[in-house]
Amino acid sequence: MDEKRARFEAEVLPHLDAAYRFARWLSYAPGDADDVVQEAILRAFRGFDTLRGSDVKAWLLAIVRNCHSTALKQQQRRAFVPLPEENDARDGHAMTATTPDPENASIRRDEQRTLDRLIAALPEEHRTVLMLREIEEMDYRQIALVTKVPIGTVMSRLARSRAALKARWLQETEGEPRAVR
Amino acid sequence: MRCAESLRVQAYFDAEVDAVSAADIERHLEHCAECRALLGDLEQVRTVLRRDSDYARTPTELRSKIMRALDQERAAEIQVAEGAPAPEGTALPRKTPRPRERVSPSSSLRSFWVGALGGVGGTALAATFAFALLVPRFANPLLDELVSAHVRSLMPSHLIDVVSTDKHTVKPWFTGHADVSPAVADFEPQGYRLVGGRVDFLDHQRSAVVVYQHGAHVINVFSWAGRERALPANATRSGYHFAFWKAGDLDYCAVSDTGWDELLALVRLLRD
Repeated sequence: MDEKRARFEAEVLPHLDAAYRFARWLSYAPGDADDVVQEAILRAFRGFDTLRGSDVKAWLLAIVRNCHSTALKQQQRRAFVPLPEENDARDGHAMTATTPDPENASIRRDEQRTLDRLIAALPEEHRTVLMLREIEEMDYRQIALVTKVPIGTVMSRLARSRAALKARWLQETEGEPRAVR
Repeated sequence: MRCAESLRVQAYFDAEVDAVSAADIERHLEHCAECRALLGDLEQVRTVLRRDSDYARTPTELRSKIMRALDQERAAEIQVAEGAPAPEGTALPRKTPRPRERVSPSSSLRSFWVGALGGVGGTALAATFAFALLVPRFANPLLDELVSAHVRSLMPSHLIDVVSTDKHTVKPWFTGHADVSPAVADFEPQGYRLVGGRVDFLDHQRSAVVVYQHGAHVINVFSWAGRERALPANATRSGYHFAFWKAGDLDYCAVSDTGWDELLALVRLLRD
């Protein structure tokens, strides 16, 4: 394998899963996410020689975001956003911890579905900031780089999305015997 | 009404503040019940999210598609680099000694190769450099694909699609997932433990990959429908050994960073 390709595989492709997740949070329609990720990886490869600094993940996710915006502009066709349940067939790829206890597992599945739905209902700019922080574990500076907004905006979006999710989660699970934790 | 300190409390929770500010916020928390509750909420949301959200991974087909797109992209780049005038700052041999005669930029590259390889005007150093650049370019594309596929398989969680030490699980799994159904056997007593199977896109088809573990080494055994085409000779690339053979109408290649002896011993077991 030639050197550029090998370096790209070693430095950038370990973040492919993060890019894929991010694209899904952006569009919430897996087919679109596939195209966005592929386009982003190719753009990243073309621009790989100009990559400076070590924050490859933030760099790649920023490219994913650009590709997503371009795709959105190109096809202002989306009249509705499918809920995650409709895409359950794709969830074979979801990595969730398995537990040997089937009853427990089914409760976990219900909770996962509820959570997916609540996350999908958040406005996109809130959802992405929240997921970048909690799932990708990026810091404010990195999130600001990826989403191209000032750190202050990152903080307020983060606060709002967390409050909204918490409130809706309580609503959904209210009256049920299970506690949040 | 929200406490004015709430964003700072959040920053504290996210470990975004220095020690001085942290101490400051901790003092505030002592007498602000609202912010203490907020801290609890933040923790709860994080727990639920990290426990229950969809940690989706790139589907295998998409990953293969991207790899192929990258191959094409790179091939096109190399073609452009060879055909067009080399722009400033490329990796092409600008800094190596040039042939004595002055040539126009557009033809300089080609003349350079001819000069270097023919020993006219090129130094031994240049010839060596040129050779190193030329070899991968004219190497067997199948071997290139196998190198990529093997390296890719060693990346986190790409190694195995079906985890099993049982050949009766692995073999049927390939039916419906791969285009071929290769020989699957466990050679645990001989030191080659069957750990699972995978499907990789190779030679324009869904090839079946049987994965063995030998000590600390992973051995990928690729198999695909042969096309009456001669297989590459056994080779070593990027530190990995590649052993090829044909059996029935399938082509096989075993790849690993084990020693040649260990790799060929597995090949012998598989062929028997």
